[in-house]
Amino acid sequence: MNEPLVDYSLRLGDDSLVLAQRLGEWVARAPELEEDVALANIALDLLGQARTLLTYAGQVEGAGRDEDALAYWRDDRDFRNVLLAELPNGDFAVTMARQLMVSAYQYELYDRLRASADETLAAIAGKAVKEVHYHRDHATQWVLRLGDGTDESRRRMVAGLEAVWPYTDELFDTDDVTDLLSTDAVAVDPASLRDPWRAYVGGVLAEAGLEPPDDVPARRGGRHGLHTEQLGYLLAEMQHLHRSHPGASW
Amino acid sequence: MAGSDEHEAAFNAIVDGDGRIEPRDAMPEAYRKTLIRQMAQHAHSEIIGMQPEGNWISRAPSLRRKAILLAKVQDEAGHGLYLYAAAETLGVSRDHLLDLLHTRRQKYSSIFNYPTLTWADVGAIGWLVDGAAITNQVPLTRCSYGPYARAMVRICKEESFHQRQGFEALLALTRGSAAQKAMAQDALDRWWYPSLAMFGPPDAASTHTDQSLRWGIKRFGNDELRQRFVDMTAPQADVLGLAIPDPNLRWNPERGHYDFTEPDYDELFRVIKGDGPCNRQRMEHRVAAHTEGAWVREAAAAYAAKQAKRAEQAGAAA
Repeated sequence: MNEPLVDYSLRLGDDSLVLAQRLGEWVARAPELEEDVALANIALDLLGQARTLLTYAGQVEGAGRDEDALAYWRDDRDFRNVLLAELPNGDFAVTMARQLMVSAYQYELYDRLRASADETLAAIAGKAVKEVHYHRDHATQWVLRLGDGTDESRRRMVAGLEAVWPYTDELFDTDDVTDLLSTDAVAVDPASLRDPWRAYVGGVLAEAGLEPPDDVPARRGGRHGLHTEQLGYLLAEMQHLHRSHPGASW
Repeated sequence: MAGSDEHEAAFNAIVDGDGRIEPRDAMPEAYRKTLIRQMAQHAHSEIIGMQPEGNWISRAPSLRRKAILLAKVQDEAGHGLYLYAAAETLGVSRDHLLDLLHTRRQKYSSIFNYPTLTWADVGAIGWLVDGAAITNQVPLTRCSYGPYARAMVRICKEESFHQRQGFEALLALTRGSAAQKAMAQDALDRWWYPSLAMFGPPDAASTHTDQSLRWGIKRFGNDELRQRFVDMTAPQADVLGLAIPDPNLRWNPERGHYDFTEPDYDELFRVIKGDGPCNRQRMEHRVAAHTEGAWVREAAAAYAAKQAKRAEQAGAAA
């Protein structure tokens, strides 16, 4: 078994799975019907990415765990998503700030991962990059509208950026897993994504008349299963029914 | 008033000839009002109908089922958008129609005032509620008002896909463990009569049926559609191995239809008047989403105005 590859696939899959779960909470409560459609659409794309990545992690692991075993039978200490993905939705500005940060990161990541020496990851990235390009555009348009809209929306957008900013640094963390896999050209070195990410996000904020928040102590730990207190609740809700019927097919 | 008589004659000729009325055609004011009411309430039903199923998105028991459910609820928002757009061809705005919903001056389907208590309810809604909706809506693809008929063609295609998925979700339960099968039966027990009530009161007690039939807005009466639904659904329950909760349900070879017990129409009227299990909750949720989203819509409008002004200034400077 290629343990780093399992871990890497789980990290990317968990980012998408947990964020899809958060976006699903918006459905039927969005500010307008078009946003109910858009947020469900993005959640569905992310869930699709999560399913292929978790399935692949299970195959590489070779222990018989499928996407559902990995989604429903791991506890929060075994989830590998970045903390950013699990942050509560807050108001629409918090959600759009979080979405801009994640989609801008996923876009740079999948754009490069298409060239992965691992054919499966390359294929997954090839499909995902088209989707996250759309997600990034959607979040960009909203950050512009909210940042450059009314006084109220600007105030909320500033607060939204401040809420998510401390969690962005973790996106670019490297460790043994990413070092090893990026040396083999299987993974993308997360540190290499920082500059293009900053350039894109910085450009959007500038156009919206917003400043990047002051540098603050960064929050990290998700890649190693050290999460915020929020993830336990998210998983309790997500996993409850599945775990109540062990071995059942749905 | 000769002009108005001519208009009426032209309208009647189109309707009697099974043609389509289009937005620019003359139409009786009562026809226009009836259509606005029916299409708006249809749109409202799609929007409120997102809530009972949306209740299970976070808890769907497999990733595949979660994806199917997300896609379905997304489609419902899309159907609401088609229907509001179709209603707008009659000279009303979506904002106005939503306001009528939020202030309880227009209604939505009675069925969405029932709670989704277990996962099986999601399958039962797909199978029964979407099944009833399709039975109602397929004839509307031939409705006399063109924009409504065309919206129904698109919507029915997607609905029938969801209905099969709902049936298949229940089939997985009835082929599963004893607990899963019991969950499926319990859902059928709770959703059967509310689904029958979706067709509305018996024709004799229906306020709008006669006029709507004459205008080609409706093609069949409530009772005929309800019978058609029972005839379609009873054999499907057999395939699932589930028992429809009606001791009088049996095939009647003389009529060539199933005999069945009518739903409790007093309950239907109570639910329509606002006294169902979830009426208050559904409306509070919907109004809260709208109210809490006001600042977002205002921001979008302010941004669009600024952009338009900038474009104008750039044009003037060039």
